[in-house]
Amino acid sequence: MSTYAAAKVVAAREIKVKLRDKTFLFSTAFFLLFSIAVTVLPSLFSGGPTSVAVADQATATALQQADLEVRVVGDDAAAEKLLRDGDVDAAVVSGPEVLGMSEAPNDVVRALSTAPPVRLLDADAVDPFLAYIVPFALAFVFFFTSFLFGLQIAQSVTEEKQTRIVEILVASVPTRALLAGKVAALSLLAFVQVGLIAIVTLVGSRLAGLDSGVLRLLEPTIGWFVAFFVVGFVMLAALWAGVGAMASRPEELSSSSQPVQMAVMLPFFAVIFFGENELVLRILSYVPISAPVAMPTRIFKDEAALWEPLVSLGLMAVTAAVLLAIGTRIYEGSLLRTNGRTSWATAWRSNATS
Amino acid sequence: MTTVLNVSSVSRSFGDRAVLKNVSFAVGGGKLTGFVGANGAGKTTTMRIILGVLAADTGEVTLGGTPLTREVRQRFGYMPEERGLYPKMTVHDQIVYLGRLHGLSSSAAEDRTKKLLERLGLGERAGEKLEKLSLGNQQRAQVAAALVHDPEVLVLDEPFSGLDPIAVETMVEVLRDRAATGAPVLFSSHQLELVERLCDDLVIIADGGIRAAGDRATLRAQHAEPRYQLQVDTDAGWLRDQPGVTLIDLDGPRAVFRLQDGFDDQKVLLAALERGPVRSFGPVVPTLTEIFREVVR
Repeated sequence: MSTYAAAKVVAAREIKVKLRDKTFLFSTAFFLLFSIAVTVLPSLFSGGPTSVAVADQATATALQQADLEVRVVGDDAAAEKLLRDGDVDAAVVSGPEVLGMSEAPNDVVRALSTAPPVRLLDADAVDPFLAYIVPFALAFVFFFTSFLFGLQIAQSVTEEKQTRIVEILVASVPTRALLAGKVAALSLLAFVQVGLIAIVTLVGSRLAGLDSGVLRLLEPTIGWFVAFFVVGFVMLAALWAGVGAMASRPEELSSSSQPVQMAVMLPFFAVIFFGENELVLRILSYVPISAPVAMPTRIFKDEAALWEPLVSLGLMAVTAAVLLAIGTRIYEGSLLRTNGRTSWATAWRSNATS
Repeated sequence: MTTVLNVSSVSRSFGDRAVLKNVSFAVGGGKLTGFVGANGAGKTTTMRIILGVLAADTGEVTLGGTPLTREVRQRFGYMPEERGLYPKMTVHDQIVYLGRLHGLSSSAAEDRTKKLLERLGLGERAGEKLEKLSLGNQQRAQVAAALVHDPEVLVLDEPFSGLDPIAVETMVEVLRDRAATGAPVLFSSHQLELVERLCDDLVIIADGGIRAAGDRATLRAQHAEPRYQLQVDTDAGWLRDQPGVTLIDLDGPRAVFRLQDGFDDQKVLLAALERGPVRSFGPVVPTLTEIFREVVR
């Protein structure tokens, strides 16, 4: 049997096991709900256009033209009563005078006044709330998904090592087939999860009726994010397997996997804290470990030229090739060492099994 | 068809500790070969090298004269010293999985797994997670893992440890069946009586070197000097004065003695009969334990 065929059998088992795993099912459901919540809920809570009660027909026409929800009533008292009862957000009585409960209904005022002409110098600038929440959501999804699936690669390796089944496995298929199968399976599951999140978010944001300016930025952002996620995850996948093999028991995994955990965690905080700083963000968007979050953030802020994500992806692909080789060597060097935690130096040196 | 598995001049060191020193022996096809030695003598290391889990520093392992490759080893069955399967996977699923890894098609793996689990008395447990089984049944599952692909060579490290007597018998049957197909079967064990009862051939290892290897009867002849046991009705102390006799053990009417070359055992019997009735007389067949003690000394 070829290495490829063996890797396929290994991958099939991993997927089968994970699809029955509660942690996996739960995290997928959680992320989908999370992305629905982020996109759809804000517009549900904002509650649609302001409703206004009015008696005067001419005023009603003006308000209707401003896309407000107008209720025409018999007299001013009836309008005020509707407002007091909470049936409408505002009322307009003769004067004309605008009534509100606790806040001035600005859109009603605007509809009835003659505004001076406005010229926006940066018409596409993103709503500050979205400008904050989108990078955060990207960082959050990247961090949790790659952490969760990366850790599962490591755990699955440690499990095989701890139960000693690894000796039977290694006696029947090449070590590389085991590694490749595991990495391929967990990567695939991670991609599916991120892909689902992306689709739900895109569909959700359309349904929620985000304005077209935001969508014009959000759609490429999510598209690039998926691409960056794929390369970014594969980049660290073999290292996760390597640190999994260094631990001989699950308890040792948290210490052996620390460097890889850092590689996932640091970019998350860097982007959260320095997201406002254009220079730092620009640098982070080229550093392979932080690029998957930083570059899509810049794309969302409309700060990146088209060539930039391509160059950054290229850098990541090169890094991925190097880290895959390192991870493979660490994995092979420590897989069959069963007496305690293997050090990085030992794992690196003992390429032959011993 | 029988093929010989040959281990030739294999050495292996861990750091500056030489664990195997120029180890050579053959495992004949169609035979059960017992691999015995004290703890730390090098049995497990040798087996791991045969399976390619560990590399030899020098020397090689061949099957039918051809050096082992990954493809050839894939048709080996292996039961490692430290047992382990996936605790959270069902017995059925993991045996099928291992069958697939050994190159079986998916339907062949299903088919073999079903038959094998029936045979090993695990048919009803097939759908249970491994961790739910008793230790004895986990051990049976481990045997199934080694046999699922009808291996051409079987290497088992301490296959009998932890088995109840019934499971031991099942295991013995399974090993004999496999050998009957012409496969070389090598297994290690501490239970020398069991090895003695089962094995056609023996390999004795001590301190990283092979001390004796070959046919059980030949080994006996080579490694234990001929001894006799005599049982009479009265005290057998007179044997001390019998020419050519060296007493090894005397317990009233029962004696074990060695006879020098050139002296006739029948003369000793006649001398005994002159003194009274003889209840038993005959050569003592050395037990494996005795041979073992003798060769590793």
